[in-house]
Amino acid sequence: MATFYQLDFEKPIVELERQIEAADNRLKAELAAAGATGEESTPINPTIATLQVELAKMRERHAAELTATYSRLTPWDTVRVARHPQRPQSREYISMICRDFAELHGDRRYGDDPAIVSGFARIGPSPGIKVMLIGHQKGKETAEKIACHFGCAHPEGYRKALLKMKLAEKFGVPIVTLVDTPGAYPGLGAEQRGQAEAIAVNMLEMSRLRTPIVSVVIGEGGSGGALGIAVADRVAMMQHSWYSVISPEGCAAILWKEANEQTNQAAARSLKLTAADNLSLGIINEIIPEPVGGAHRDQRGAATNLLGWVLARLNELSRVPMDELLQQRYERFRKMGSYLESHAEPQAN
Amino acid sequence: MTQASTEQSGRAVNENRPQRRSIPEGLWLRCASCTKMIYKRHLEASLHVCPECQFHHRISASERVKQLADPGTFQEMFAGLTPCDPLGFKDLKSYKDRLLAEQIKTGSLDAVKAGRLFIKGREAMVACLDLTFMMGSMGSVVGETVTRAVEEATASNLPLIVVSCSGGARMQESGLSLMQMAKTSAALARFDDAGGLFISVLTDPTTGGVTASFAMLGDIILAEPGALVGFAGPRVIQQTIRQELPEGFQRAEFLKKSGIVDRVVPRGQLRSEIARLIDYAGK
Repeated sequence: MATFYQLDFEKPIVELERQIEAADNRLKAELAAAGATGEESTPINPTIATLQVELAKMRERHAAELTATYSRLTPWDTVRVARHPQRPQSREYISMICRDFAELHGDRRYGDDPAIVSGFARIGPSPGIKVMLIGHQKGKETAEKIACHFGCAHPEGYRKALLKMKLAEKFGVPIVTLVDTPGAYPGLGAEQRGQAEAIAVNMLEMSRLRTPIVSVVIGEGGSGGALGIAVADRVAMMQHSWYSVISPEGCAAILWKEANEQTNQAAARSLKLTAADNLSLGIINEIIPEPVGGAHRDQRGAATNLLGWVLARLNELSRVPMDELLQQRYERFRKMGSYLESHAEPQAN
Repeated sequence: MTQASTEQSGRAVNENRPQRRSIPEGLWLRCASCTKMIYKRHLEASLHVCPECQFHHRISASERVKQLADPGTFQEMFAGLTPCDPLGFKDLKSYKDRLLAEQIKTGSLDAVKAGRLFIKGREAMVACLDLTFMMGSMGSVVGETVTRAVEEATASNLPLIVVSCSGGARMQESGLSLMQMAKTSAALARFDDAGGLFISVLTDPTTGGVTASFAMLGDIILAEPGALVGFAGPRVIQQTIRQELPEGFQRAEFLKKSGIVDRVVPRGQLRSEIARLIDYAGK
């Protein structure tokens, strides 16, 4: 196993993974020394046999430990899994689920924001269905991360997304968006070029685009920056992603007056930001399961589940007449919110 | 994105400032900008704009409605909407307690007032956010009220005026607050399809999820002089870019220069400007 970024709650697991790797290497060395070509036909070597048994036991323990750890993640743990550097990002999902990807750049007004990836794609069994794929990109290597502002898009990013979505509408191609952002970029240029306007216009336009839209929160669903590409007919979250009005750190800094391990924990809990919370609040339609131990342990497994969900939902939406689809999309957001109502007579002032 | 992020950034509301002992309670006020003493009646007569320095003091939603409407024409609607605590949110204080304290302080159920009114004889729908209630933050009630106002304007073919002032989406309702951005924007898309006129008025301060939804979706966007309007609060931006922000950054005049607002309109001219624009749109 390659060197692994370590989350503190994963320490025992990673330690076990190291032991397994070492034992595995030892076993390979022993097998080589014994001149074995395969498992059969070699006489029983007690060292090798012991190692094999030990290895099997360790693997069992590892699987159990992994399942147990991931079934008791706190909301704050979930946020950290969602930010794991080995977690697949939009470009990785694209390379894993698309048969073809024709990337389309730029907003025709200001520039090409690398924090938003967009283009025509073919997904699913050959020849693949055509979609417009739009996603936040956080960046993997340092240079890419900086160019992408760690997934914080600028107004030109949101406008690029909208331009490509309108293209999809024009040619009757459904839209798939992958959400993964800590939030829209807070900076001088972003404000000057109308960050708020760009996000607002995206939400307004997405609500009336005459083509099916599905969205998946793959990692971080940070506030308006996330929603700016997520006004969709169906919205899902990957099992260990988060989606909320603010990051736990931002919330802790304001309401708890300081962000530290303890207040971040508390804020993450209060914000009800996990996939399960968002499902019960009616904000998302479904949770896409991740392989045991998270998408960062098995990127392909995660991609397979994501693709399956997208194909199923698009198939379902393709049967809905367009006017009905738009009505349902409107109602989906129209009913969100929680309030009480007393029916008092209107008062004149 | 959220309320309180701008709480310390804007200038404080001066109405409840402690007075100097020698001055009779409530008769004189100190301008929050030029610090000159102003006779309270004069300030009220000038719509809470300092007669000395033209500083636009923050006003409540009731005061705003009173200033906009032809006398006696405002019919409040959707006033029965009451916030609840869907998440059981608790920080240092519980959301329930916060709501109760704010309701007692302001006499309002939440941070918005909406209804029908006439402005110089032109009928319109109006929604005004209220900064005095939890920094005008948008939770389910604000989102629902604005949405209903938009729907009512659509159904009755009335021009729509929304006066914004807000710290942004309300954290204590988390994802549900966030979804109010999509909800209000979607309602405005339908209003747009129906050919409705939406005049968005930005007042000090308008930030976060309110700016990033209906406040920026006006067919015409007006702003009061000096109003702070932005997506992120100035403090957050400063922390991100780690440099001093230019003078006047995110103020109404700066936004006009950046091409984000159509007109900067002094409070005293707001009624006539709105009436004029309604006439141009033929509504």
